[in-house]
Order: sequence, then C-alpha cells, then structure tokens
Amino acid sequence: MAGLKRRFVDWLDERLGGGSIEEFLRHKKVPIHRHTIWYYFGGMALFLFVIQVLTGILLLMYYRPTASGAFESVQFIMTQVKFGWLIRSIHSWSANLMILIVFIHMFSVYFLKAYRKPRELTWVSGMLLFFIVLAFGFSGYLLPWNTLAFFATKVGTDMAGFVPFIGKWILVFLRGGNEVTGATLTRFFGFHVAVLPGLATLLLALHLLLVQRLGMSVPPGVEKKIKEGQEPERSMPFFPNFLLRDIMGWYGALGVLGALAAIFPWELGTKANPFGSAPAGIHPEWYFLFMYQTLKYLPAKIFFINSELLGLMGFGIAGAIWVLVPFLDYKTGFGKVTRFFTGLGIFALGYIIVMSVLALVG
Amino acid sequence: MMSDTGSGKSAAGGEGKPDLGRRWVNLLLGTGIISTIAAFIYPAIRYVIPPPVSESTNLSVVAAKVAELKTNSAKVFRFGSEPAILIRAADGQYRAFTAVCTHLGCTVQYRPDLHEIWCPCHNGTYDLQGRNISGPPPRPLAQFQVHIQGEDIVVVRNA
Repeated sequence: MAGLKRRFVDWLDERLGGGSIEEFLRHKKVPIHRHTIWYYFGGMALFLFVIQVLTGILLLMYYRPTASGAFESVQFIMTQVKFGWLIRSIHSWSANLMILIVFIHMFSVYFLKAYRKPRELTWVSGMLLFFIVLAFGFSGYLLPWNTLAFFATKVGTDMAGFVPFIGKWILVFLRGGNEVTGATLTRFFGFHVAVLPGLATLLLALHLLLVQRLGMSVPPGVEKKIKEGQEPERSMPFFPNFLLRDIMGWYGALGVLGALAAIFPWELGTKANPFGSAPAGIHPEWYFLFMYQTLKYLPAKIFFINSELLGLMGFGIAGAIWVLVPFLDYKTGFGKVTRFFTGLGIFALGYIIVMSVLALVG
Repeated sequence: MMSDTGSGKSAAGGEGKPDLGRRWVNLLLGTGIISTIAAFIYPAIRYVIPPPVSESTNLSVVAAKVAELKTNSAKVFRFGSEPAILIRAADGQYRAFTAVCTHLGCTVQYRPDLHEIWCPCHNGTYDLQGRNISGPPPRPLAQFQVHIQGEDIVVVRNA
C-alpha cells in the first residue's frame, strides 16, 4: 500500500514538477504565538463557503426563479422534499455564519496588521471577496420571494439609484426594469448562482495563492519580540498539524450548523405582494443593519443635498479607505505601527456594533 | 529592417526614426482588436438593459367598493404598475395617494391610531394631505382624485 502511494506521488511529481506536492506540504509553516487562534478564521470561512456551494447545488434541484413559483418552490422544499428543511436551513444558517466569520477574519487581519507589506494584494483580494459575500447575501435573500425580502430588495436597489450619473442605469440593470418584479428575481438568481460564484472562485484562487506564496503574517508586536530575543520563534507544519486543528474546527462548525438548523429552522415568512403595504418592524439582514440605522438617522436633506446620496457617499468613501488601508498605512510595513489606523479600526468596529444594536432594540 | 522581428522598439527607436510599416501594423491590429471588443461589449450592455414595458395608460381605476372601507381605515390597491393607497379618514372623506414612499420606495400604510400615513421601512410619516411631516422622506406623496360612481370608488390620476 505504501509503495503504491509512493509511486502515485512520484507519478504526479513527474508531471507537476519535481517534488512540488511534498515540498509544499513540508514547507508551509504556521507561526505559533499568542494570536495564532486568528489564523483559523480564514479556513473556517472557506469551509462554510464549500457548505454553501454544496447545499446551494442541492437547492437548485427544486428551486424555481419566477415570481409565481419561487415562494411555492421553497415551500415545497421545506415541507415536501425529504430533508429539504435541513438543506435550506443549513444554507441560510451557514450563509449567516460565513458572513460573521468573514467579519471576524477581516477585523483580526486588520488589527494584527497582516495587510502590511508585502501582503497588500492579499488584503485587497480579501476585501473584494468580502463585498462578493455581501452581494451573495443580498441576492440570495430575495430568492424565496417573501415580503421581507421584497421590501429589503426594493430599498437596497432604490439606494443604488442615488449613485451620481449612472444610478438610474444601475437601478434598471439590477431590477431588470423600473420596479422590483419577477424580472428582478430572475436576475438576482443569475447573479447568485452564476456570476458571483464565478467571481468568487477566481478571487478565492488569487487570495489563496497569495497566502501560499507569502506565508502567514506574524503580528508586528510578536515580530519585534522575536527580533529582540524576548520570545522564541515557534511554528508548526501546516500539514498535518494545522490542518488537523482546522478540521476539528470544521467538525465543530458542522455540529453547530446541524443544531441551529434543527432547533431553529429558517423561516419562510409570507409570500411577497408587490401591491401590499410594507409590514411593521421591517429591517434588513443583520449585516446591513448598521447602514440601515444610519439612514434612519439622516434627515431628508443636509445642506440642500439629498441625504441618501450623502449617506451612500459616506459609506463609499469609508469602504474605499478600508480597501486601501495597506497603502495608506504603509509605515506599518517598515515596522512602525501607526496608532491612527488602529483607532480607525476600533471606530469602525464600534460604529458597526453600536448601530446594529440600536437597530435591533429600536 | 524587417530582420529584427522580435522587437519593434529596437527597430524603430534604434535609428531614431519610426518604423512606419510596423506602426501601421500595430495601429491596424490595435484598432481591429478594440473594434472587435466594442462590437461584443455594446450588444451585451444593451442586452442587460431591459426593453421598456408599455406604461399602463390607465388614468383611472376602481380602487374599492363603497361598502368596503370603514371610516378611519385604508386599502392599498394596484394603480398601473405601482401600489396606491385609498384612505377613508375619520371624518368619512376619501383620499388617495401613491403608496410609494418618496424616501426609498417602500409601500406605505395607514395608521388608524395616529391618523397618519406611515412607512415602516425607515419610520417616515405623512399627514392626510400627503405631506411628509417626519422622518427621512424628502417629498410629499402624489395625490389622486377620488370619485364615487354608484357603488364604485374610482381613483383618477391627473393627466
């Protein structure tokens, strides 16, 4: 058996370049220090993404992307198809967990300054993946065609209309017309199952390739201590040590997902009625709450400027700064940790948490 | 001159004169490729913009029956491609407005407890004249005329 394995590895190596697989497995190291725990979140996000792809493919077997059939097809999945409730609930729960994990991954990378030279592109590709994940959430939310999703999509796409010059064009492009209709549903379905997965796969490949080439970042504080000899430089091999720990985490995540899906099956709500009033207590998914709450606080006009435009510009500028942080905070790359950017991160995190909590209680 | 095929730069720049033949080839190739790309992209962009749907030319619609609405209540009905709201105020008078909130396009509802029109999406309110009185809505709701014709309540859009 061992001989067969050896021969197979040799056969592959001959075709992929000398010793590449073994080289790869032997050389990838994961640093050990007091922040090592944060290294697990990227792999966890990847694992949940795989769960999304697999459960998504299963949902595709029964789902119908039309205004007259979408709600009924999800209802059919939930009530008639064997384990349909489980597959759909896991898809919804895993989506939400994935977004949470992605948030944690992003902020941990931010606070540990892992974006600093030479990992700027890893950060940028990660941020693009973050936006894609949000787009996945927004487009997938509409697919069951229920009341909450209908109005969330109406508001979300209406906001896109405030983009200067091309807003109207974006709105019509997203909605497939001037209103949110079955055409919007069909479009969102296309984005959700074809366009976004394609983009995500490409970016994910780039992101992982960069992580592979550059290795794991050691936080500046730890790096300094190692340099000054106050702390030994320790690491563990990625394979099998780190991967096995990863898998333990994934196993745990599977358990959590199964439990959540079984105890709190994802609700379907009521079918969307384009000619009915928006129900009281309507709000978007939790990861958009901070933006939603901000909009609530803005008056109709600020200095004669439409406040939606202002809000949109504010979030646009904040997002752009966030994406470009490795280039703005270039000094960290030379070992100088700038307090300003740490403060900015704390402010961003605080803002998101406070506004989300206000939206939930108010 | 044409022997150095691998590098147009050295052929052109080496002697200080432009190699007209190579520049022409590059120009033609470049224009051809850009035109080809444009010829693919233009139809694709036009394709994703949906064709205009003929707007409902209905200037009036039967919104409800007289017996249907009690005082201090309302009904959301379809008017063309958009929802509209018919309100029977506490004084018994009928009023009709577009139900599309001027803020971000949610569908508004009547609040019998407050005698106001309310948008639950971002907590905007309008009075019974359709004027935006609190919250984020930037403009009043467009008002329609209401006529009673026998048993029918007919809502008419100003042409």
